[in-house]
Amino acid sequence: MQLSGPSKWLLRLGTALTLAFLYIPLLVIAIYAFNSTRVQKWPPVGLTFDWFSRALHNPGVREALWTSVKAGLGATAVALVLGTMASIAVARFRFFGREAVSFLVVLPIALPGIVTGMALNSTFTQVLGVSLGLWTIVIGHATFCIVVVFNNVVARLRRTSTSFEEASADLGANAIQTFRYVLFPLLRSALVAGALLAFALSFDEIIVTTFTAGQEETLPIWIFANLSRPRQLPIVNVVAVLAIILSLIPVWIAQRITAEPVAAGAARAEAGGEAGA
Amino acid sequence: MHLGLLLSGPLGWLAVAYLGSLVVLFISAFWQLDEFSGEIVKEPTFDNFRLLWENDVYRTIAFRTIGIAGLVTVTDAILAFPIAFYMARVASPRVRGLLVVGVLMPLWASYLVKVYAWRVILSEDGILNWALGPLGIHGPGFGFVATWLVFSYLWLPYMILPVYAGLERIPDSMIDASGDLGGRPGLTFRRVIFPLAFPAVVAGSIFTFSLTLGDYITPQLVSSTQFIGNVVYANVGVANNLPLAAAFATVPVFVMIVYLLGARRLGAFEAL
Repeated sequence: MQLSGPSKWLLRLGTALTLAFLYIPLLVIAIYAFNSTRVQKWPPVGLTFDWFSRALHNPGVREALWTSVKAGLGATAVALVLGTMASIAVARFRFFGREAVSFLVVLPIALPGIVTGMALNSTFTQVLGVSLGLWTIVIGHATFCIVVVFNNVVARLRRTSTSFEEASADLGANAIQTFRYVLFPLLRSALVAGALLAFALSFDEIIVTTFTAGQEETLPIWIFANLSRPRQLPIVNVVAVLAIILSLIPVWIAQRITAEPVAAGAARAEAGGEAGA
Repeated sequence: MHLGLLLSGPLGWLAVAYLGSLVVLFISAFWQLDEFSGEIVKEPTFDNFRLLWENDVYRTIAFRTIGIAGLVTVTDAILAFPIAFYMARVASPRVRGLLVVGVLMPLWASYLVKVYAWRVILSEDGILNWALGPLGIHGPGFGFVATWLVFSYLWLPYMILPVYAGLERIPDSMIDASGDLGGRPGLTFRRVIFPLAFPAVVAGSIFTFSLTLGDYITPQLVSSTQFIGNVVYANVGVANNLPLAAAFATVPVFVMIVYLLGARRLGAFEAL
């Protein structure tokens, strides 16, 4: 579409304002992390790196970070296995209820967090009678992390031809050998990307976590609990910045791993479409 | 590979454990709390639902929650359009790639930290009052407006990305044809681009609506207003009335089922 000069500039302005809106809050917290006083008044009066070392030596922060890492790794491992199984079933087989499987995978993130949290909480405490702890956090997180692995792997499987797997079977490989030597290498980067995103999702989650954690404290729960303690806020600021960085690193890497093949694949599909026409 | 084996794991987890839990939630919504002993009586009654419907406070909270979810959804749809349009139809491929990452990153940055950031920004001594002060304006402070603002901020990327994808899928030929037939850009936008991108807006709205419906952290941190999530959380924790909490938690489920059915009719699932 031919846009006039002024409307192009208006769109540019709108884009710039939206990006500013998205990033300013994150920047404000990053600046407060270096604030030399305990009082959160704008503008900050001085700069210090003190809070970083204090936060890193805070036993509560360390313990919460470790709990978050354990929960994230556990949930990622479960999501990786179940997500891969579901994606191969959906992308490589035709069966009654295939759509239902895709729907079921998405459901835990499509439903509001309190619903998933409440449902798991009722089941754990009322039906199974188990005490809440790290295991229940892992179960809750894995449930909504499956979709991330599933989406990445399904997208990859749809782009790869089944002829490799067929050739492997023709040459006498059994299902496990075909997965190990043919499918797995094709899926590797999609699996890594899915795992990184699943970890990031788990690392940040708080709503389902508050219903399944019991006495355990993950990093978001630690932040939440300390928001009401004014003396702790400088340390909260530092932890907040670390939480942003720790959740963005996996996403950034995942983006780098998958972006290029996706873009290249799309470009190729477009070129093919044009050639065909 | 054997289909049954492949499905056993994920279905065992999602259909048995997760759907099973949802069923438990639904059943426990009909249980009662014995007022004297504080024990849960596992006999089905409609008392929880009757209380939620007849009690003014709960009814207001339910409608307020649905109302803000709608408000946030409309706000995000309006805010998302300019940047999504720029990304899809104006920007060069390189800039487009950078913008996608630029929108994706805040989506993944820690949820709680973003809410906390707004709590700091909106506080009395915060940067907003400092910036607006010279103009003689006072920021909204904590309250309903703050909740609306923060929700709109939190879920905006969830709207931008599907709308961008929807706008990008519109064939150039459609837009060219409208121009060739004498449609000015404004008319082309209203009559061609917007209708074609609408399913993508509905797809994005599933996230903005559902995420607002189930949140209790944001209202708690930037207001003292009660939403469904706050009542559910309070009844699981402090008040310890699990059946009532379960009954109230079924409200967002039914709202979402109706919403998803409507979204499917509008073609949102093809746009996801």
